[in-house]
Amino acid sequence: MNILSLFVLIPLLMLLGLWLARNLNQVRGVMVAGSSALLLMAVYLTISYISLRNGGAEGEMLFVDEVTWFAPLNICYSVGVDGISVAMLLLSAIIVFTGTFASWKLKPLTKEYFMWFTLLSIGVFGFFISTDLFTMFMFYEVALIPMYLLIGVWGSGKKEYSAMKLTLMLMGGSTFLLIGILGIYYGAGATTMNVVELAKLHIPEWMQNIFFPLVFVGFGVLGALFPFHTWSPDGHASAPTAVSMLHAGVLMKLGGYGCFRIALYLMPEGASVWGDLFLVLTTISVVYGAFSAIVQTDLKYINAYSSVSHCGLVLFAILMMTRVSSTGAILQMLSHGLMTALFFALIGMIYGRTHTRDIRQLNGLMRIMPFLSVGYIIAGLANLGLPGLSGFIAEMTIFTGSFQNPDIFHRVCTIIATMSIVITAVYILRVVGKILYGTCTNPEHLKLTDATWDERLSVICLIVAVAGLGLAPFWVSDMISNSVAPIVSHLIH
Amino acid sequence: MQQEVTLVAIILIMLLADLVVKESSAKLLQRLACVLMVVQIAVNVVPAEAVAFDGMYNSTRMASIVKTVLSLGTLLVFLQTGAWLRREDTAFKSGEFFVLTLSTLLGMFFMVSAGHFLLFYIGLELASIPMACLVAFDKYRHHSAEAGVKYILNAMFSSGIMLYGISMVYGTCGTLYFGDVMSAMTGTPLQILAMVFFFAGLGFKISLVPFHMWTPDTYQGAPTSVSAYLSVISKGAAAFALMSILVKVFGIMVQDWTLLLGIIIVLTITVGNLFAILQKDLKRFMAYSSISQAGYIMLAVMAGSGQGMASLVYYVIIYIVANLAVFGVISTVEQHSGGKVSRDDYNGFYKTNPRLSFVMTLALFSLAGIPPFAGFFSKFFVFASAFNTGFVTGNTGYWVVVFLALVNTIISLYYYLLIVKAIYITPNDNPIPTFKSGLMERTSLSLCLVGVVLIGLCSWVYQSLVDNAWPF
Repeated sequence: MNILSLFVLIPLLMLLGLWLARNLNQVRGVMVAGSSALLLMAVYLTISYISLRNGGAEGEMLFVDEVTWFAPLNICYSVGVDGISVAMLLLSAIIVFTGTFASWKLKPLTKEYFMWFTLLSIGVFGFFISTDLFTMFMFYEVALIPMYLLIGVWGSGKKEYSAMKLTLMLMGGSTFLLIGILGIYYGAGATTMNVVELAKLHIPEWMQNIFFPLVFVGFGVLGALFPFHTWSPDGHASAPTAVSMLHAGVLMKLGGYGCFRIALYLMPEGASVWGDLFLVLTTISVVYGAFSAIVQTDLKYINAYSSVSHCGLVLFAILMMTRVSSTGAILQMLSHGLMTALFFALIGMIYGRTHTRDIRQLNGLMRIMPFLSVGYIIAGLANLGLPGLSGFIAEMTIFTGSFQNPDIFHRVCTIIATMSIVITAVYILRVVGKILYGTCTNPEHLKLTDATWDERLSVICLIVAVAGLGLAPFWVSDMISNSVAPIVSHLIH
Repeated sequence: MQQEVTLVAIILIMLLADLVVKESSAKLLQRLACVLMVVQIAVNVVPAEAVAFDGMYNSTRMASIVKTVLSLGTLLVFLQTGAWLRREDTAFKSGEFFVLTLSTLLGMFFMVSAGHFLLFYIGLELASIPMACLVAFDKYRHHSAEAGVKYILNAMFSSGIMLYGISMVYGTCGTLYFGDVMSAMTGTPLQILAMVFFFAGLGFKISLVPFHMWTPDTYQGAPTSVSAYLSVISKGAAAFALMSILVKVFGIMVQDWTLLLGIIIVLTITVGNLFAILQKDLKRFMAYSSISQAGYIMLAVMAGSGQGMASLVYYVIIYIVANLAVFGVISTVEQHSGGKVSRDDYNGFYKTNPRLSFVMTLALFSLAGIPPFAGFFSKFFVFASAFNTGFVTGNTGYWVVVFLALVNTIISLYYYLLIVKAIYITPNDNPIPTFKSGLMERTSLSLCLVGVVLIGLCSWVYQSLVDNAWPF
């Protein structure tokens, strides 16, 4: 049994366990056991990956395994990881683990909620371990559809509208993707669907020019590429806490990962033709997202627009096509995943107490719930890129790497994008000042309590991860940088 | 020939049983019919080639597989008919239901394994005329009689057009054997006209736009089990026959019929989808949904290759299980709730009937093509086969059609999700009360569910179809 297949097998067993569970405690037991197992697996995988690499393991992918599935179309269930996927798996496992605790008291239909939640995580894990185009795409779609019910049934606000909008836009992206995959497969000579093998083949340039934008937009929709980002604020605002965490934290990373691993890696010539156009769009994402966050009054909307900005930065860095910037992009995925999950968890906990997310009605929370408030400040500081936390490492790497691209156009874009750092500080500090400090004017809020144990566990885990990445980034950035190298060397400058 | 012989035997047994068995014991007849269908499938499960009547009957292995698939679908329909046939106004004629249904099935068997236009036409008529009786089976209820009239008029009209086309084939080629016609074809304008007329005739059966007008009224008016049968079995047989005849007989004018198909596919899928959004009545809704599904099946026909044929049959198999699951739920609910078939009736359905809701949801996801359910795989293979033909022939028009069909999957996802939304999300103070459906219905739904979940994941199904795909 390949160790990677366990990442799909464990959630499958969790599904079975949840289905058989008879009461709330059993449901919680299954979730805790399963998600801790996944977290341990991810940590173990990371350690053994690094030690294998240090031991001189060659090959783009490690832990490779392949089982033929649909022979007529060369579809295999093939798995393998490089440094990028290992980092993403670790991220996903952390978010699933903390998400479980963040939805500890969720009602009603707790069992069904966790079943869909687990199905979502199967999609996410499956996507990151796959190296076969078809299986990747399949897991990608598996990760999308549970969102509809998770938001529609357990969400808040205008949940039905948001759920439908999100599902249709993301599935719309995946149709572009599907035709792109067919184009890659047949264009490369229809002998394999394995990404690593496909990269060695050459797809005719005219086909790359057709299919690169389709694949890039297909994944870009999930990565909140302007102007296809509009599902994101509504979706995040309506989703229940853990779903927002998983969605902003992990699912949006599927977009960036796919753009990098499939669009750019397999179609470098298409990328050089279309790169500039998409670069403009991502620059708009970065700046526009940040500006939009300033004017929002709903905590979740602020964070959702902030996600648009930060995920835009991921795509932006990928399109800069240098090794350092691409490493920065992956680091940014990690860092944004962790801190945005922390944000959404805290917002969910605050909302669960105050029943409002409107910043005009919240103030002086620091006195009332100090633990949550301090957590919120840490998340905010990570978001605006304070050194010592994860955001700084990622953004610094991105902007340094981007500026290495000698082209004037790319440098102008970089300069515009750096503006977002300042704007981020504006909206973060404004919110922190508004809701946490000052005196509490709402007497109802004075009666509220601070975090319970399950909430504390979830928040502490995320803070440790954010700080860990910020204080000791080298082990992970080396791992990523080495894996980024073969992909970047493919690209044409 | 064996499949037809056993089926005729089954029809005779059912006729005799109808004479012997008491009028009130509809259940016994249903059980007998189901058992006989199981036997039919079991005896003929190994695909075999057969030629008879001097080549008029020419059954390939693929045709044999298709016939087994159709029998399986019929079995699933039979399992779902229980509650409806035991109703007072139908119980006394339940024997006729089975005989008529099996007769149409026999007609389809001849359609898919014909080697001669005459046999094909006889098969088509045998499949159409008893079907009209079935559609009008509930003639004192709802709009069943109206539906029957609409069906028979349309069927006759389309047969007429097709016959006209066949006469042109005979006029220009001097023969009606498929093989001889193929070699005598030169692609003259008259022959192209013949192809178009023939296509139009079958287009009615598959309910392609613009020949789809009868579909919604008929599906809505007909008894639910009959609608289910019409939507999957009749459509599947006609699609297979269309593909094999287009390739085997009209192969020389491949450019003409791919252009024709390309336009019709886009129209069919788009019109079916857009109208489906507006429907409140679930049976009418499923009619439009089945129109758009037919468009996806036609993509495989357009591919015109062995891969296309395998994908077509694969699509049909999965479409059968998924669609019958949805129809099964609709018909059970209809029978147990006093005729509720509107989408709004399903609001809050999950609270009272979680299991049926679950089946319905998975089946709808499969129809919408969402992994890991089977519909995803069948859609992917259909798209891949059409895309591949475009790549091989260097005709990017195929890619455009595939792209438009793909964009349409989003529209279809929207309306399938509307039902899911009704079931899970929309609150309702007065949902359909909890009920327990019969053993037969549950068996049928479980089989469909197993199919929806497993057929896609088990790759040997597709593999064995590809192995047997050529010649068809």
